[in-house]
Amino acid sequence: MSQKKIGDVILDVQNISLRFGGVKALTDISFNVREHEVRAIIGPNGAGKSSMLNCINGVYSPQEGSITFRGQTFKHMNSRQVAEMGIARTFQNLALFKGMSVIDNIMTGRNLRIKSGLLSQAFRNPFGIGGAQREEEEHRAFVERIIDFLEIQAFRKTPVGQLPYGLQKRVDLGRALAMEPQVLLLDEPMAGMNLEEKQDMCRFILDVNDEFGTTIVLIEHDMGVVMDISDRVVVLDYGKKIGDGSPDEVRNNEEVIRAYLGTSH
Amino acid sequence: MQTTFPRLLLEHAQRRPQAPAMREKAYGIWQTLTWAELAHMVEAIACGLHQSGLQRGEHLVVIGANRPRLYATMLAAQSLGAVPVPLYQDAVAAECVFPINNAEVRFVVVEDQEQVDKMLEVREQCPQLSHIWYDDPRGLRNYDQPGLAGLDELIGAGSAHAKAHPQLFSSQVEQGQPADVAAMFFTSGTTGNPKGVVHTHSTLINRASVGAAFDKLTDGDEVLAYLPPAWIGQNIFSYAQWLVTGYVVNCPESGSTVTIDLKEVGPTYYFAPPRVFEGLLTSVMIRMEDAGALKRKMFHACMSVARRVGPDLMDGKPVGLLDRLKYQIGNLLVYGPLRNNLGFSRVRVAYTAGEAIGPDLFSFYRSIGINLKQLYGSTETAVFVCLQPDHEARADTVGVPCEGVEIKLSETGEVLVKSPGLLKEYYKNPKATEEVLSADGWYHTSDAGFIDASGHLKIIDRVKDVGRLKGGAFDGAMFAPKYVENKLKFFSHIKEAVAFGDGREKVCVMVNIDFEAVGNWAERRNLPYAGYTDLASKPEVYELIRECVEKVNADLSRDELLAGSQVSRFLVLHKELDADDGELTRTNKVRRGFIGDKYAVLVDALYGGKSEQFIQTQVKFEDGRTGSVSATLKIVDAKTFAPVKAAA
Repeated sequence: MSQKKIGDVILDVQNISLRFGGVKALTDISFNVREHEVRAIIGPNGAGKSSMLNCINGVYSPQEGSITFRGQTFKHMNSRQVAEMGIARTFQNLALFKGMSVIDNIMTGRNLRIKSGLLSQAFRNPFGIGGAQREEEEHRAFVERIIDFLEIQAFRKTPVGQLPYGLQKRVDLGRALAMEPQVLLLDEPMAGMNLEEKQDMCRFILDVNDEFGTTIVLIEHDMGVVMDISDRVVVLDYGKKIGDGSPDEVRNNEEVIRAYLGTSH
Repeated sequence: MQTTFPRLLLEHAQRRPQAPAMREKAYGIWQTLTWAELAHMVEAIACGLHQSGLQRGEHLVVIGANRPRLYATMLAAQSLGAVPVPLYQDAVAAECVFPINNAEVRFVVVEDQEQVDKMLEVREQCPQLSHIWYDDPRGLRNYDQPGLAGLDELIGAGSAHAKAHPQLFSSQVEQGQPADVAAMFFTSGTTGNPKGVVHTHSTLINRASVGAAFDKLTDGDEVLAYLPPAWIGQNIFSYAQWLVTGYVVNCPESGSTVTIDLKEVGPTYYFAPPRVFEGLLTSVMIRMEDAGALKRKMFHACMSVARRVGPDLMDGKPVGLLDRLKYQIGNLLVYGPLRNNLGFSRVRVAYTAGEAIGPDLFSFYRSIGINLKQLYGSTETAVFVCLQPDHEARADTVGVPCEGVEIKLSETGEVLVKSPGLLKEYYKNPKATEEVLSADGWYHTSDAGFIDASGHLKIIDRVKDVGRLKGGAFDGAMFAPKYVENKLKFFSHIKEAVAFGDGREKVCVMVNIDFEAVGNWAERRNLPYAGYTDLASKPEVYELIRECVEKVNADLSRDELLAGSQVSRFLVLHKELDADDGELTRTNKVRRGFIGDKYAVLVDALYGGKSEQFIQTQVKFEDGRTGSVSATLKIVDAKTFAPVKAAA
């Protein structure tokens, strides 16, 4: 088995509460993520998993609590800032550019890293010298490595909209990887997949974690998958944290069993 | 030609060091390996292997897809006088145990994590297996098993060793003789353990050069290496002939990109088993059906000209001026773009072999201007026994004996071959060797066939499979199961067929539908289906298959010898026959006996006159897990025809 080193706390979520009007989406949630680990957030439908991810990602601003990333504490995060700090994410409902090719989609993930300006990109000289051209080649080379890594060489030039769902999910992951993130947030990476696609996705997630040392926070409701690949698991139910620990601890947690299997009232 | 493969490599490296030897697509770009670079790499690997203790005459197993470094490893082993043994990369771990132990293999070089896992799995049963090297380190970072290392490390250590001992490599190559064993290929036996077919440098090089001379192959040709290297055909086309002629071998990026890579490379010399040609044709036809009305009309109009004129043009027969003109227009509008789309625009010579090819399929490719031909050979004969000359390609023969080959027929109708390319022996199996190789040098092919009036060899079936009907209207008539199966398989809707009839009064058949073709057919008719099993059981599909069967029957009724082989009952199987379940060989040939036993209830139901039968079957998935599928299969009667005396 893998001998990876789990480091110090890289992301620390403290007492987060999030309300939409009168609806309490999250109540006083605290947990942390250590460097190089695979951290799962699980819970039944409507437990607040995606809301939690959106808080970390800067899409939602929680009313209370703070998020500390690499020693810097924030009350509110904004998405661009988050991306610049090295946190990338994928989406539950895929937010790819359907009409663009796989390469171009993944290339958009390099956006933040492109340094040459609009003008120099627009007026490239024909000799292939000069910054913009060389820079694009470097980014393209990086994207090619991701394509190789995710084994989607056969679909390089295929418009994403024509690909089956499982492959689109892979492209979505590829675009997030193109940012060279330190932390990768995955929102239900296996949702709607068949068994084989799930196995492939698990392998890619573990490989990303292993080869690039990327810290991974993932939301998933397929318990089997989560228990197999996560180092630690947070369990949410009705916006509250009801469990936190290793997969085994969580599996034997009474409250978690109740939340998943239901109880007689 | 009295030489060895390593000597050929060094000749190329010296004569044309900067010419490309191999290309491999990596990170989206074709990377070239020159002959000089290749020779350098081979030297490093050879020195590394030598340092690790690989002995002259020892076997080294290579498992993986077509990767330049794996080919370099084979050359390196041969440089040291060791024998590379390529194994099929899709074989499950258990299947690797016999070859590894049979050849007492201590060293293996594999492609990637998947193969490493397999080797680690079989290690307990193969205690002598001490070294495992891998080409691609992906996913192997945390493996720390003893004896496991990357090819990079081997090459690194080997380069250092080569620097310290500059004469080692060349003196090792010097020691190798043409009569030395060059490689061993395990044949996917239909029964019992596989047998290791031993070939020497001279047998392989002799056949490779005869084939190359026959088709005038030069160092300017291009080949795409995409079939499993463990198969001798791949070895001949991408290794033996590569070293003999010095053409360029291109390795695809991955298994799934072969069609794209084919288009980009545009090979000039191409080989594919009939099922690949069939798959390509099916996909073209499906795409055409989806095209707009105008394009469809143009396609069909041009194809009818091609069907009429194309084969004659290909055969060099006289064709009228008007037809020539029409064909040229068709070429401009349809055939050219189509060839380009298939990746065949530069193909000078294309071969197919291994199975019978349907006449329609065969003439389709020839009619659009692809010089598709057939050849006859096997692992034991180092492929080339018969080849079709350029203007004499036909669907039902396999060509004329090529240079150095003598052919005669035994009393049982078996084809016997004498050739400089015959195997040396089956490894450690003198009994099996004796059975196929007579003292006076004739090899028993176990194929039944005859030489026709034009001097072409025609194969009917395996000798042992040719049976006799017993009882009924055709008592004692010849039954050639493969002949019947092939006729059925020529229909695009039928992927596989298994015919029974030996010692019985009539012929019954199990059919596998082609999921892609029938699935598309069903969609076009708004026929909903949930999956393979569901589709296969649809009454409409049964009707479709019945039409095919009856067409075959009508055809067979015109054949004096085989009119009795008409199919009276058939069923459509609920699952695809699969090599993982032992139903097909690794080269995708049906194992009739095994299927007959496994599906005994179905065979009984076919002959017992039942109209349906429940069956449950275990299936093995590629990762080794098992599951089961069950279904109630309908059994249907097909119309048979009274034998017709063919009007001569």
